[in-house]
Amino acid sequence: MINLKGRSLVSITDYNKEEILRILDIAEEFEVNQRQNILNGHVIGSLFFEPSTRTRLSFESAVQYLGGSIIGFASPDVSSVTKGESLKDTILTVSNYSDLIVMRNPLDGSARYASEVSPVPILNAGDGANQHPTQCLLDLYSIRKTQGSLDNIHIAMVGDLKYGRTVHSLVQALSLFGATFHFVSPDSLKMPSSVKTWVKNANLEYYQYNDFMEVMPIADILYMTRIQGERFPDPLEYEKVKNAYILENSMLENTKDNLKVLHPLPRVNEITEDVDDNPKAYYFQQARNGVFVRQALIAAILGLK
Amino acid sequence: MKNKRTELKVSAIRNGTVIDHIPSDVVYQVFGILSLDETSNQVYLGTNLDSKKLGKKGIIKISGKYFKDDEINKVSLVAPNATLIEIKDYEVSRKEKVQLPEIVNKIVKCINPKCVTNNQNVPTSFQVKQDHKGNMKLFCKYCEKTIGKQNIEFI
Repeated sequence: MINLKGRSLVSITDYNKEEILRILDIAEEFEVNQRQNILNGHVIGSLFFEPSTRTRLSFESAVQYLGGSIIGFASPDVSSVTKGESLKDTILTVSNYSDLIVMRNPLDGSARYASEVSPVPILNAGDGANQHPTQCLLDLYSIRKTQGSLDNIHIAMVGDLKYGRTVHSLVQALSLFGATFHFVSPDSLKMPSSVKTWVKNANLEYYQYNDFMEVMPIADILYMTRIQGERFPDPLEYEKVKNAYILENSMLENTKDNLKVLHPLPRVNEITEDVDDNPKAYYFQQARNGVFVRQALIAAILGLK
Repeated sequence: MKNKRTELKVSAIRNGTVIDHIPSDVVYQVFGILSLDETSNQVYLGTNLDSKKLGKKGIIKISGKYFKDDEINKVSLVAPNATLIEIKDYEVSRKEKVQLPEIVNKIVKCINPKCVTNNQNVPTSFQVKQDHKGNMKLFCKYCEKTIGKQNIEFI
């Protein structure tokens, strides 16, 4: 029996394969029947030490669809953090007022630390450049929903593979399901060796490309990410690559019928708007799936599912 | 012909611990790792001694003190080939190579400036791992960054 009651979720590797699948199954139940009043009388703390649109609003939406209450702040400017309060003190205080704490914090590792000091479970909504496990779970949910299964898919990851935390977590999670990885990036933003070692240790294959078009006929999932100009020490280098990883609608001809385009959002220009109407574009549904997955996590961690 | 003994002789200790085969350039780091600056025991420190194995080596002798395995094993982070020798009544009672510990708490700084341990009052904690080439790496429990041996900085 899989029981996630009382357990924090900090890093996607905190869950094994069966636990991940359990969350996706519960999320599927919520997709069919989203409004369930099971959180009635529960209070969720929501501590956003840096701004977020999708993650914060989808957590708030998830709590409200379940009939729960949410307290907290959307920016540290309105909390005691501005008075110099330590993270530990904020967590210990808010844990007195809530059954579970959802936290986003710009410091890497802050969520693990919070989970050690907090008497109530912590749900990591992003700790700096480190982990964002609820994004990873909604990505997995979207892949399973569109492909029918998580097993043995060919996933192409495109763009900033060096700094993009979502792609790192997704590689770790998909390694449990036997994926083949196609990494498409400029040389300066290649997948870090620690992530490639992870793939090797799982006895799986990865391939690296500079040319985007090479992966188009192979991929089941095209996972796009944004290349940020500020990542490049040399602006000339950025100018050279910035347009090489933009997906246009015409590029989706001659791709597999089951191909879906995913993106963690926000998008800037890496997917042109003419792709939005293509049935292979899935990024807005992907964001919607985030609500079901977050409902599932809250319900499972509070022992209500 | 008899070999002429040319090495520097550091006085023998009756009871205590000797750490031998320390590379000369990390003797003071080992001294710090074992907090020997805080001890009131007699400590002998030798450096740049001739060594067949290392060319030059360092040695530390601490009189009247034995270390727990997890304390002494921290030495292996900078001196993986160091030898631990325990002396009881002038006799060697234990002699073995230091072992890499599984966990390293509080003594190494995380390399990541954005790690919570560098920004809040949080003691560091690392898992000791080896990469596929057998090189020792430290994995930060908090920010999940990996530190290679060359980047280890002691607190």
